Amino acid sequence: MSDLKKPAEGYSMEDTSQMLEDTLSIYTDKARAKREPHMSANDPDDSGCAIRSNRKTVPGVMSARGCAYAGAKGVVWGPIRDMVHVSHGPVGCGFYSWGTRRNLTSGTVGVDNFSPMMFTSDFQEHDIVYGGDRKLEKLCDEAHELFPLAKGISILSECPVGLIGDDINASAKQASAKLNMPVVPCNCEGFRGVSQSLGHHISNDTIRDYIIGTREFDGPESPYDIALIGDYNIGGDIWAAVKVLEEIGLNVKAQWTGDGQIEHIAATHKVKLNLIHCYRSMNYMCKVMEEKYGIPWLEFNFFGPTKIKESLRAIGECFDDTIKANVEKVIARYDAEMQAVIDEYRPRLEGKKVMVFVGGLRPRHTIGAYEDLGMEVVAAGYEFAHTDDYDRTYPEMAKGTLVFDDASEIELEKWVEHMKPDLVASGIKEKYVFQKSGIPFRQMHSWDYSGPYHAYEGFEIFARDIDMAINSPTWGLVKSPF
Amino acid sequence: MAEKKLRQIAIYGKGGIGKSTTTQNTVAGLASLGKKILIIGCDPKADSTRLILHAKAQSTVMDKVRELGTVEDLELEDVLKKGYGDIMCVESGGPEPGVGCAGRGVITAINFLEEEGAYTPDLDYVFYDVLGDVVCGGFAMPIRENKAQEIYIVVSGEMMAMYAANNICKGIVKYASSGSVRLAGLICNSRNTDCEAELIEALAAKLGTQMIHFVPRDNQVQRAELRRMTVIEYSPEHKQAGEYRTLAQKIQDNKNFVIPTPLEMEDLEDLLMEFGIMEAEDESIVGVVENA
Repeated sequence: MSDLKKPAEGYSMEDTSQMLEDTLSIYTDKARAKREPHMSANDPDDSGCAIRSNRKTVPGVMSARGCAYAGAKGVVWGPIRDMVHVSHGPVGCGFYSWGTRRNLTSGTVGVDNFSPMMFTSDFQEHDIVYGGDRKLEKLCDEAHELFPLAKGISILSECPVGLIGDDINASAKQASAKLNMPVVPCNCEGFRGVSQSLGHHISNDTIRDYIIGTREFDGPESPYDIALIGDYNIGGDIWAAVKVLEEIGLNVKAQWTGDGQIEHIAATHKVKLNLIHCYRSMNYMCKVMEEKYGIPWLEFNFFGPTKIKESLRAIGECFDDTIKANVEKVIARYDAEMQAVIDEYRPRLEGKKVMVFVGGLRPRHTIGAYEDLGMEVVAAGYEFAHTDDYDRTYPEMAKGTLVFDDASEIELEKWVEHMKPDLVASGIKEKYVFQKSGIPFRQMHSWDYSGPYHAYEGFEIFARDIDMAINSPTWGLVKSPF
Repeated sequence: MAEKKLRQIAIYGKGGIGKSTTTQNTVAGLASLGKKILIIGCDPKADSTRLILHAKAQSTVMDKVRELGTVEDLELEDVLKKGYGDIMCVESGGPEPGVGCAGRGVITAINFLEEEGAYTPDLDYVFYDVLGDVVCGGFAMPIRENKAQEIYIVVSGEMMAMYAANNICKGIVKYASSGSVRLAGLICNSRNTDCEAELIEALAAKLGTQMIHFVPRDNQVQRAELRRMTVIEYSPEHKQAGEYRTLAQKIQDNKNFVIPTPLEMEDLEDLLMEFGIMEAEDESIVGVVENA
């Protein structure tokens, strides 16, 4: 735990609380009662500070959230590259989630990489009326025939499948026996739960029930075997992260699930340590592997050199002196490079304020990277985090800054108006609202068509992108028509 | 001549009560009065039109949809058949029990018929013969806005048939309050139980409606069914044919359309006890095993 941060200049408990009071005053009593517990001026000294989270979105405003299917397809299952992932149901869910998350993959498309493709059972009226079981069985046969090298199939249920009660578990079992490979039914109907978060959990459970422990790694075991959990290779993140981990002498035997391979994931019960980046979406399996196989797990943070350094040393502590020595060598090697990046960008970014509103990890994990550039995160909010995420967030934020959950558009607008951040880092639905108001913005779900942002390689790109966003001469040319 | 007013009628009732038989015989009776009628079978079993068409199994809307791939590929003449008395017949069809969504099949089929113009201006009546046990929203499709305005419930003096009738009335109240659907009466399809007519009259009164007709039990109905015919076609001179013609005439003349007042379970049980269908419950024996 880092030491408590100094209160940010210009932000105080009183001021932020007053801002929240003003924001809430626009609501009816009922809406206010629901929203009030989801926002607070941050007080890291006060252990009673608790944001309410993982609740149903208050309707009537644009929600930035996804659904359980989105969590299963887009986050957990979709990035596994050597499997066929079937969006089971009408065509829209599959089509509009096709290639939108920028979870990059290696390999040859159609041979050992199927991530860039979209498979759907494309339900028609008669599939709803008569059930889609037979179509699903046929689809599995066809997928196997067309792509015989695919190592497995995941079946991701869309809403209607749950409504008509199709037994995809039975179909999957049958197909798995027939095709002699894993066919995993994932009952992630979008109407389940309040956000994509439940989809992560359901998908973790299917990995537990159908995948883990079913394969062994090729080659001899080593005390340095690890798995990298909760990195989805957005813009190439996991490649940058694996590079550093290998440089300190670890063998990354399995990637969960960015550029992932199912047989490696299936053998993860043999690793010595699970390193988890996105705690929110994969803590479940880390806990399962700890309980069932005794594998310890460690949260780490590869955003910005300060956090990378801290994380590498913590990882080193889990291993012998060889690794510890490697860690110091690697840190020393990159320090100069990172200092050069900071020297270039920090003078232009010093003192800039940021508001972050993304999924379940980055609002807290990117804080260090901004701070390395002399910037300060003055507001951090999550779309679908839970209490344990907020508990990890309060100490990372200065007293009097804003912490919030599942914000609505009007709330965000009010806060931006009052807090005047120099950068808003959020999603595609928020992007144009703020850009059109003349506020620099980065789309931080898929790194705004850029990346990687993880590890040393990523920090340089991150610094460049943030500088580009904030210091673009465009903002000087925008003239208000009012 | 003033434009004809299309009357849309839905027939509900407990499974096995004789809805399809009663509907087809009554419709045959209306046809003999010179009326133009369309029957829409809303039951995956697809047995709502066989007595009119003399057919074993009519090809249903959903079967054709499955065969052709999409609803858009389907033509009205593929599924709309003409039978006895120029009665037009169509079956929604649907899955075997336990798979898919039969209710959606009813919705799909009725939407298709509307879009394709099956409700022609020369029609006097559309009859919806609906699956006995209303299990989901799809089976309420025929009584949603702009569809059936009149509902007849087929019932007998048996206890479970009356429970079912009361439950159906609860469903009607929901749709009646948001639309124009009304309960038009109970049709008693006799099972020869004690005091049957009086009991159904009493039930009808409590529900705020009428027993529109008491159809006596007669094996002539079964003899006609063996030949896949209505009694009216098979033996028009038989007295049972006369019963159905009377029912048809009563429906033709009916003006008694109400929002029903379904009974509380206790009131219904009181009624059954009053007529000796049910004995008073002895609370002291509830949950006590035989050799206690």
